[in-house]
Amino acid sequence: MRISTLVYLVRQGLKNIVRNKMFSLASVATMAACIFLFGCFFSVVVNFRYIVEKAEEGVAVTVFFDEGLTEARITQIGKLLSDRKEASEISYVSAEEAWDSYQKDYFGEDSRLAEGFRDDNPLANSDHYEVYLSDVSVQDSLVKYIQGIEGVRKVNYSSAVANTLSDINILIGYISVAVIVILLAVAVFLISNTVTIGISVRKEEIAIMKLIGATDYFVRSPFVIEGAIIGLVGSALPLIAVYYLYRSVVSFVLERFTILSLDFVSSKFIFSYLVPISLVIGLGVGLLGSFSTIRKHLNV
Amino acid sequence: MISLENVSKEYAAGIPAVKNVNLQIDDGEFVFIVGNSGSGKSTLIKLLLKELEPTEGTVMVNDIELNKLKHKEIPKFRRDIGVVFQDFRLLKDRSIYENVAFAQRVIEKSPKRIKKRVPEMLKLVGLAEKYRSFPKELSGGEQQRVAVARALINEPRLLLADEPTGNLDSTNSWEIMRLLNAVNKKGTTVLVVTHNREIVKKMQKRVITMKKGVIVKDVPEGGVLGEN
Repeated sequence: MRISTLVYLVRQGLKNIVRNKMFSLASVATMAACIFLFGCFFSVVVNFRYIVEKAEEGVAVTVFFDEGLTEARITQIGKLLSDRKEASEISYVSAEEAWDSYQKDYFGEDSRLAEGFRDDNPLANSDHYEVYLSDVSVQDSLVKYIQGIEGVRKVNYSSAVANTLSDINILIGYISVAVIVILLAVAVFLISNTVTIGISVRKEEIAIMKLIGATDYFVRSPFVIEGAIIGLVGSALPLIAVYYLYRSVVSFVLERFTILSLDFVSSKFIFSYLVPISLVIGLGVGLLGSFSTIRKHLNV
Repeated sequence: MISLENVSKEYAAGIPAVKNVNLQIDDGEFVFIVGNSGSGKSTLIKLLLKELEPTEGTVMVNDIELNKLKHKEIPKFRRDIGVVFQDFRLLKDRSIYENVAFAQRVIEKSPKRIKKRVPEMLKLVGLAEKYRSFPKELSGGEQQRVAVARALINEPRLLLADEPTGNLDSTNSWEIMRLLNAVNKKGTTVLVVTHNREIVKKMQKRVITMKKGVIVKDVPEGGVLGEN
């Protein structure tokens, strides 16, 4: 195709958009709303995943031993645990270390509070292994296995936080998919309507083009370009809004809620995925809207 | 060359618009097709442009058998045919220059060629100085001349004109006919559908008369036309 032809077709596509200003605007606005929501949900979901992953990293199973278990057996249990693929890391905490850590956590700098226990470790027999999980979802099977090991008195575990976060993440995922699918359908419908009006306005011109000897692609291209431009503009505009909104929300939360010591995914990381995905969705919806209409109304 | 063999076209079952037509028009001929409304003249033009498929028979235009022409080959076939309509069918939102250039743009001619050809064609139809005007600023005769320029710019072998003088006064009608005659003299086959018997009589060209979808008379160039 000649460059001059391409320029001509793009100009015709743009003319179509300008001719049907109101419909084009409605299509762009719907597309923009769709991508804006997608961007918001995407940012929330990615951050939730990030928080869940962080939380999973901190989830550990604590393994206590029978009273008076020999050191050799404890080492043996440690070997059994470290051989499990569910365990990403294990560490041994002696009764003394456990007591030291407890004092630090609960008495802080005030060592007088622990004076009464100087010669009597209240956490004797609480030496244990801390087993960190490779994935929180395999916790149950690992716990079952550990409980079956001879010499193990008790296994402490809790995945409530991680599981709740996972559940919320999945719920947000479902809601966002549902809302986005509905909005995408509306966007396809509106773009299709815009193109239909463009075709009816240009009916006479199309008839002349066909009689003069224009090829199918020449007749159809301006409408395809029209749909693609609406889709791309409708997806690019909200990305700018989502970008500034994300940065504002993150800096607001970090400033106001320092006590929560929250950590967010960087906007650079989010947008390195969000921009191409959104543009592809925009382009796809635009093309789908125009192609479906052209097939129905433009019998060339 | 145009050739129709036993061509019939029915829009509704049992009601033929064109019935068993046999016709041959050689390259370089100037032919009038006359007849009342509903005689099948416009259907004949549509069959020649492959806008319609015949119910029966074979249509050949510019040595191409239209029944065998594939959909994707139609644009190329139509580039060898120029068409002029009674209602001009100009694009109202474009200048005269753009209306004529349009015919070249849709068949993807280079900008250089368009810049050269459009002024030439406008000069040929006597509208070189009005290239910036819009259709509504021109008289009916001028608009039809623009339509002729658009039909001729791609140098077609065949020019089909469907009632080209139907909306024009006598002076403008004669101007258009002189233009078509000049085009024919340069070798283009011209087929004109018309109601204007005065023009048909004076032009002394071949005249085919249709009635109720059938060719009832075919008078050769210079022949005696008679009353009907």
